[in-house]
Amino acid sequence: MSDKFVVGYDGSVSARRALEFAVERAKVQGGTIVLAHVLEWSPYSFLTPTELEERHKRRREEMARAEEALTSTVVAELKEAGVPVKVVIRYGSIADLLCKIASEVGAVQIVIGREGQSALEARIFGSVAGALVQAAPVPCTIVP
Amino acid sequence: MQRIYFTLPAAALALLPGVAQAQALGDRIDSIFAASTGWFVNLIFASVWGVPWIVGWLVIAAVVFTLYFGFIQFRAFRHSIELVRGDYSDPNDAGEVSHFQALATALSGTVGLGNIAGVAVAVSIGGAGATFWMILAGLLGMATKFTECTLGVKYRNEYEDGTVSGGPMYYIKKGFAERGLPLGGFMAVMFSIFCVLGALGGGNMFQANQAASQVEAVVGIPTWVTGLTLAVVVFVVIVGGIKSIARVTEKVVPFMGIGYVLVAILIILMNANMILWAVGEIFRGAFTDSGIVGGIVGAIIQGFRRAAFSNEAGIGSAPIAHSAVRTKEPITEGFVSLLEPFIDTVVICTMTSLVIIITQQLLIDAETGRYILNDAGRIATASGATDGVPITSAAFGSVFGWAPYALAIAVILFAFSTMITWSYYGLKAWTYMFGEGRNQELSFKLIFCVFVFIGAVSSLGAVLDFSDAALFAMGVVNIIALYFLMPIVKRELNSYLARLRSGEIRKYN
Repeated sequence: MSDKFVVGYDGSVSARRALEFAVERAKVQGGTIVLAHVLEWSPYSFLTPTELEERHKRRREEMARAEEALTSTVVAELKEAGVPVKVVIRYGSIADLLCKIASEVGAVQIVIGREGQSALEARIFGSVAGALVQAAPVPCTIVP
Repeated sequence: MQRIYFTLPAAALALLPGVAQAQALGDRIDSIFAASTGWFVNLIFASVWGVPWIVGWLVIAAVVFTLYFGFIQFRAFRHSIELVRGDYSDPNDAGEVSHFQALATALSGTVGLGNIAGVAVAVSIGGAGATFWMILAGLLGMATKFTECTLGVKYRNEYEDGTVSGGPMYYIKKGFAERGLPLGGFMAVMFSIFCVLGALGGGNMFQANQAASQVEAVVGIPTWVTGLTLAVVVFVVIVGGIKSIARVTEKVVPFMGIGYVLVAILIILMNANMILWAVGEIFRGAFTDSGIVGGIVGAIIQGFRRAAFSNEAGIGSAPIAHSAVRTKEPITEGFVSLLEPFIDTVVICTMTSLVIIITQQLLIDAETGRYILNDAGRIATASGATDGVPITSAAFGSVFGWAPYALAIAVILFAFSTMITWSYYGLKAWTYMFGEGRNQELSFKLIFCVFVFIGAVSSLGAVLDFSDAALFAMGVVNIIALYFLMPIVKRELNSYLARLRSGEIRKYN
């Protein structure tokens, strides 16, 4: 069983660095990268009736777009570098889902970048890194 | 598309000098309308033994459904809460419309001026006792909503591009065909016609009218300014697709609703020593003659009327919103929707009513213990107000001085969110009749925005009466269909409950 590394990826520069870090570790150990892209969503938000009607269609489009974007860029690179990679795209709260995905795939580590949101947002609402540190089932690496 | 944005302000400016003439024109339109549609209004609102038959129709339907489904509103209440919380939501469905979102959207259509102003009118005519009958009708109406929303999800149209269209017109047509009953298509069209008229009237003109007159009363801004602003904002949202405005409103309105309830609870607690008295007044008014016009029957009528008008159970609007939910079990939407009349009538309307009673807005003759009536036959109020929102305003204002202003803002926002939701309902009915497509959608949306302005500036009594009548005509067609289709719902219910008990339906939390 090769070690699985869950990388929280949102396309940002910080996430990029986290991915590179994880890739290096994976190469050394012969591990797999689980690329986790979380689309922020809450079941408790308020929608207009038109948004309700179109939601299913939009969801399909969003997932397709995310998958296409990831596959054509990051996944292609990783495949070239000879690192096995699996893509997981899910809706929900980022920290929660990273923990869930880690449990499901039996990961050994979660790797994320430190700066995902603006500093002010992170201070008021809490950062993903902070939430992960408190709730994750496996060791977490926060890449600056 | 850009051209429309430029012509609208120009058209508005052209309208300005004509506003005074518009008033006279409006009065003429009103009388023409009264002459040609009076028969319809009188038909719908005719009284049988002193009770408007349409109210009896809705309440009897609610009783029938309550009994037929074995008091489902009480049996399934806890399960409904669990569904809304997401306990039974498959994590793989994350990102689709959740039960909570469907509930919130449908509620944004029903929670509106009726809960603030309508309750005040009901209580000023029917006394405190009307509250009891209103709560009862609200509890009964939960069963009607349950039935119609289940059918709404079951018989919706799902298109290849992923969008959904659902509602009574679809379940009447498809459900009747499935059961081999005639006239399904005809009734579906009748419903759609009434839905469009109701959307333009009760869901639009009435809201704009009340909001504009409130703003004029509190801040002094003339009604045409409010009307034009509302029309433009509604236009920008529903035609221009500027979702950000609607999104802000959709977020603000629930918080205002919660804030309203919290302030009401605060006022009630501040008068904690009067709570028992207020409850006593409610029961006294409900079961004895407390001096109102019509006696106990008057209280019953006012209570039932307010509940029926406010929570729209049986009208057929909620199924249109609920049909968008992604679920393999239509009955779950039925369970979720039965919370709506509860929240709308049993919670929010009751809060308004309790505040009015407990702040002693309704004047009672100290010697006889009966209500003091004014010339119009309504109960005299402590503030002298006789119209809906002013009474509520005075009730809240007697405790918190800033309340009338907050209420005016709340009224505008509630009116706006009701208009957005009803523009959607009317649109769905319109496209059912004329087909889906950009031109058909645009034509309805433009008509809708024009009526926002018309509704705000006019005291078009006859036009408003007609559109109210159309709204209730929706209920006539819809409930006839529900009577024929309820066995289908019963089958779904029994199947689901059996699978729930056997554990076949998974709980994810």
